[in-house]
Amino acid sequence: MNGFWAVCKRELKSYFATPVAYVFLVIFLFFSGYLTFKGQFFEIGRADMGIFFRNLPLLFVFMVPSAAMRLWSEERRSGSIELLMSLPVTVTQAVLGKFVAAWIFIGIALLLTFPMPVTVCYLGNPDIGLIITGYIGSFLMAGGFLAIGCFFSALTKSQVISFILAVVACAALVSAGMPTTLNYLSSFLPAGLLDVIESMSFQTHFESIQMGMLEFKDLSYFVLLIAGWIVGCCIILDERKVG
Amino acid sequence: MISVKDLRRRFGSIVAVDGISFEANQGDVLGFLGPNGAGKTTAMRMLACFLKPDSGTAKVCGYDITRDPIQVRKSLGYLAENAPAYGEMTVGSFLDFVCDVRRINGSKRKGAIDRVVTGCSIGSVYHQTIETLSKGYRRRVGLAQALINDPPVLILDEPTDGLDPNQKHEVRRLIKKMAMDKCIVVSTHILEEVDAVCSRMIIIAKGRILVDSTPEKLKAQHKAGLDEIFRKVTTKKSA
Repeated sequence: MNGFWAVCKRELKSYFATPVAYVFLVIFLFFSGYLTFKGQFFEIGRADMGIFFRNLPLLFVFMVPSAAMRLWSEERRSGSIELLMSLPVTVTQAVLGKFVAAWIFIGIALLLTFPMPVTVCYLGNPDIGLIITGYIGSFLMAGGFLAIGCFFSALTKSQVISFILAVVACAALVSAGMPTTLNYLSSFLPAGLLDVIESMSFQTHFESIQMGMLEFKDLSYFVLLIAGWIVGCCIILDERKVG
Repeated sequence: MISVKDLRRRFGSIVAVDGISFEANQGDVLGFLGPNGAGKTTAMRMLACFLKPDSGTAKVCGYDITRDPIQVRKSLGYLAENAPAYGEMTVGSFLDFVCDVRRINGSKRKGAIDRVVTGCSIGSVYHQTIETLSKGYRRRVGLAQALINDPPVLILDEPTDGLDPNQKHEVRRLIKKMAMDKCIVVSTHILEEVDAVCSRMIIIAKGRILVDSTPEKLKAQHKAGLDEIFRKVTTKKSA
């Protein structure tokens, strides 16, 4: 087993060794269901998961940083980073190992929302393809938020500061594509720049995948976003291991 | 096995290590002594490839610490100053994790774990979570993970800190037993430990090596005990 898998396995086990995982899962599952049914799921009278997926960005803005905040902050605060970084593991392997473990954990949280698609399939004839692409988009979006959370977790020993900074960054990237934000920005920014800002938003790319289209531009957005923040995390850790 | 040439490291305006050079070979148990803030831990962290030096070089088992840090880490076992570990893990699962990273698998893993559990006397706490252990037991778990791959080089930062007298005796006995076919660097504040265990000693203060000798030579030269020699050297030369 190489360094990446060893770190990944350890991190995933540690989520479930403390109450962290269970509290997270309960809160996430409760709110994902609550927001869906409160969001007029029955009133609309359509057997699809559109409302469920539309609420996920907002839920992820708060929940995903809470899963990411401990990844590096805790290592630096407790000093266990000195143990990890003196074992034959590169910084890249360690960062990727922790990131993938957290991503698998979020994936487990998404899988545990299975009662929702089961309910929708029982009530009607939903487009299964849309449900699948919705979950793919959600998983990619979670990965993006996690990469941001990893970066801010490496920046500070305080989990609280890491959480707040990650939430602000994720919220900015989600709201960049919202109509209200774009309308406001259009009052003083040129159209070209507005297009750039819109294309940098999670919302834009997530909605596109949710509509059933797995386009290269959307997949590459998430891949580049994740890669960029992970590289930033590696650089920060290399510089700031001590102190 | 260890060759250090003019290592330097600063943190902002503070010069932690200011051009240290020394060599250590198989069979040496090199004691690193110095006042608090002397640069011992920083020097050890650079050898363990946890910190990069600002300048200078060092080689461990022929591998350069800046060019081949992974090979260096494979060749050594490192016990850091506060014996860090993952508190939520049990001792057993923590040692399993270290074996995963060091690619010790199958029957070799069982043999390695049995060896370090017996050698460090942590059998009674094997299934306990590390955060529930006393300071002494945590240090022994830290020592166990440093020994698990039976490395040719050991870097031990205060290995007996927090241990009771019996445990101190056991760890010193273990170090002496391993000394024959390893190169061991031990940092300590306990001068009787230097007498008991070390074949050489280096006194560091303010990032510089003041003395590089053996306990016997120093005692013969100064005609005094080690604590008096330490006081004389560190207060005179760093003043």
